[in-house]
Amino acid sequence: MTKIGLEIHCQLTKLESKLFCSCKANYREFEPNHNICPVCMGLPGSLPRLNQKAVESATSIAMALNCQTPEKIAFFRKNYFYPDLPKNFQITQLNVYGDMSVGGEGYVDVEGKKIKIRRIQLEEDPGRLIYEGASDRTKITLVDYNRAGTPLVEIVTDPDFDNPRQVRIFLNILSDLLENLGVAEPGLEGAMRADGNVSIEGGNKVEIKNIGSFHDLEKALHFELTRQQSLSERDIEIAMETRHWDDRRKITISSRSKEEDQDYRYFLENDIPWVKIEQNTRDTLKENMPESISSKKERYIHKFDIAPQVADIIASDRYYSQLFENAYSEHNAKDIANLITTDVIGFIDTKEKQETSKITPKHLSDLIDAINAKTITRNSAKVALQEIVKSGKDTDRILKEMDLGQVSDSSEIDGIISQIFEDEKQAVIDAKERPETVNFLVGKVMQKTKGKADPVKTLELIKSKLNQ
Amino acid sequence: MNLNTSILKYIEDVKSGTFTVEEFTAATLQRIKDVDTDVHAYLSLNDSAINDAKKIDQKISSGEKIGQCYGFPISIKDNICITGTKTTCASKILENFIAPYTSTVVNHLQNEDAIITGKTNLDEFAMGLTTEFSAYGPTKNPWNVDYVPGGSSGGSAASVAANECLASLGSDTGGSVRNPASFCSVVGLKPTYGLISRYGLISYANSIEQIGPMTKTVKDSAFLLNIIAGQDVHDDTTIDNGNANYLENIENGIEGKKIGIIKEMTTSDGLSSEVSTATKDAINDFESLGASCEEVALPTIPYTIAAYYTITSTEAGSNLARYDNIRYGYEMESEGYEYNSYISKSRTKFGPEVTRRIILGGFVPSAGHAGKYFLKALKVKSKLISEINSAFEKFDYLIAPTSPVQPFRFGEKIDDPVTLMLLDYNTVTANLTGKPAISVPYRVVNGLPIGMQIMANSLEEKSLFQAAHALETKTKLPEVPL
Repeated sequence: MTKIGLEIHCQLTKLESKLFCSCKANYREFEPNHNICPVCMGLPGSLPRLNQKAVESATSIAMALNCQTPEKIAFFRKNYFYPDLPKNFQITQLNVYGDMSVGGEGYVDVEGKKIKIRRIQLEEDPGRLIYEGASDRTKITLVDYNRAGTPLVEIVTDPDFDNPRQVRIFLNILSDLLENLGVAEPGLEGAMRADGNVSIEGGNKVEIKNIGSFHDLEKALHFELTRQQSLSERDIEIAMETRHWDDRRKITISSRSKEEDQDYRYFLENDIPWVKIEQNTRDTLKENMPESISSKKERYIHKFDIAPQVADIIASDRYYSQLFENAYSEHNAKDIANLITTDVIGFIDTKEKQETSKITPKHLSDLIDAINAKTITRNSAKVALQEIVKSGKDTDRILKEMDLGQVSDSSEIDGIISQIFEDEKQAVIDAKERPETVNFLVGKVMQKTKGKADPVKTLELIKSKLNQ
Repeated sequence: MNLNTSILKYIEDVKSGTFTVEEFTAATLQRIKDVDTDVHAYLSLNDSAINDAKKIDQKISSGEKIGQCYGFPISIKDNICITGTKTTCASKILENFIAPYTSTVVNHLQNEDAIITGKTNLDEFAMGLTTEFSAYGPTKNPWNVDYVPGGSSGGSAASVAANECLASLGSDTGGSVRNPASFCSVVGLKPTYGLISRYGLISYANSIEQIGPMTKTVKDSAFLLNIIAGQDVHDDTTIDNGNANYLENIENGIEGKKIGIIKEMTTSDGLSSEVSTATKDAINDFESLGASCEEVALPTIPYTIAAYYTITSTEAGSNLARYDNIRYGYEMESEGYEYNSYISKSRTKFGPEVTRRIILGGFVPSAGHAGKYFLKALKVKSKLISEINSAFEKFDYLIAPTSPVQPFRFGEKIDDPVTLMLLDYNTVTANLTGKPAISVPYRVVNGLPIGMQIMANSLEEKSLFQAAHALETKTKLPEVPL
């Protein structure tokens, strides 16, 4: 039986400051080694001071993943030498003498299967190593400590996944959930990373590290499963080991260093006293927690009769769901939802586009009102949306400026139809003989009116003229 | 000018115009020039001390608001950071480390217009009891320069005893303030864990160490504690002391108080007869002051040295891991080394005692050995805490001599690490339990000092000072012969 487990690291990028000092948690905008201080550089005599907000964010994550959250938590030192680690130990958490990390024993529902969350811990991210100008003769490694001390949440699952596909679905659910909580931005480069461990029937557990993206994780898991199966078929023992993902060759390679044997000499970080998380703090966190994606989806489907696939798209994405929540009223919710999934998404499908987009919830409700009042057509709405995203001007103004108002005046449409009957004589004859070809004529009217003619009325008028 | 004066007397004299801050500072610097070649209390001096003094004099003459310290000269142990100055920990590995920030305690002192004279010698990274483990040579005991001054804050104690300043800040992990205070006949306080911010104190064993004042009188100790104690946003382990005034009611005496004489510390094999006699006399003094004394047994004490060295080595191994000479440190050619060989090579700069403890610290908490050593040491610690807590239900104070022996000659014990470790026997209990303890100069026998230690319950510093002051009034000590 295939068993896959995950270790996911997610930066709490929505926090103002690092885990133990006041340097920015958002280190990405800085020149190398310009987001550092005596504390995150581990200078002699400096002491960590815990960012309480980080404890709250991590506790929220634990709660959202259905974990038990303890009344008090402690931090530990994980001792090892590495150039990206300013103190040569990492401040992290451990669940050894009872529950002492922010959470444990949770689960995530993946297509009806419960994936158990073993533990969640809060820790500091190390700095970044940059291999630059590396050649065989001179190998230079640069260290950028801007990232050192960034709050990081480690989420460890049980080996409950049967296949890489489940892993992918889980990670999608997880990253949507973290984003929905407003604590992380999983889309940011390097903000969410995962290691996997894989074993097959009768084989030892193999850990895979150094996987750059979730996309690569799925590939790495596939590769590793195939490798293990082929060993097993030839009766070769699968060694318990750590393997690194080689991004270039897309294979896993045995790490010669015996990382699994490393002794981290864990012991309590006494510079940070035990942190009490009072019941009322937990209650407040629970109260303020945004509605979960699954409950949002249920609500959209049952309250507004929105199609499940549409509800899923909107509920899973923080941006779309906020747009939706602020735009809908009782009578137009379904229309708004459809407008978002059919048209809006096409214009703002990336984070960058969402950030620069000028669209507001009012634009959406105005457009739906206009469509329902037959002031504009669906087609015109789409044209208008493109402009709205760009300029953010009032819907009314855009409709006027772009001359998108719907033509529903019978006499005006009639005139256009007469003209077309003149120009397209053969089509008129065809339509009389084979009524299903009438759409050609409707299309011609639309072309002439740049899509502004009311399509229902147009069809009505053409039909009556054909019967004359 | 009489440099053998207390802080409180100094402040009176400056206020009354007996001398100016500049005059006193100049005289102190001259004294350092005269005696420090023999004593070697200082590792570096503050070049701007005279300028600082002039500024304070100007403040005084212009009637400007002036800090409580009125420019009295104070030395700082060289494991406490001050912006722009070398902080070496008496180690070659930090030979060129210039602190980019100032510790909270020094900030407090500077805000109150104290003048920093310089940085004082210590055993490398505060590991030792004699200052013989300083990478820059030992400090001599001002009472007799052939004898050790105690340690690790030996430079601090000697600087005060030799009148090279009026007070000093040391740090106490297992007795490092109290032991040299006892050896050099000055007052040394190890406060309750968390009372003084450790921000800027270079960690050795961070779960038990504290910065502590070293002064000529008990009142000066209380005065300094008023300035440096209290909660600090830079140190999560600090506690709120409600702005306590430790000088208040310091002369209240100890009439009716109950004192426990710690049996294990007053009857141990290592106790010298001179120290034993002095202890008996001190007990008589306490009784004549109206307190009642009674022996109390704390049966865990014989295990404390082992527990202490296990815990401190574990923490030291971790705290000193950052010295890999990559981000700061000393000049070293990196050509031909990769990461692991580079840090191995760079770390050979640690001296013998530090190396010994780092090696021990890699072993005792390691998987497979932690149960036998580190975790057992933690058990001893928690057992000791409950033992001492129940003792404080019965007693107001617990007393013992600060050190089982008087100062000894250089080289006498340095080659015998285990004997050296046993010198901590009477002091580590206060660190392991977080309780405050003070060493009060009690006697000078054969030209060498003996100090008495008084311990009180957590945050009972005020009461501790009352007892220490009461004992101090019973003593009459000679002047330092230097």
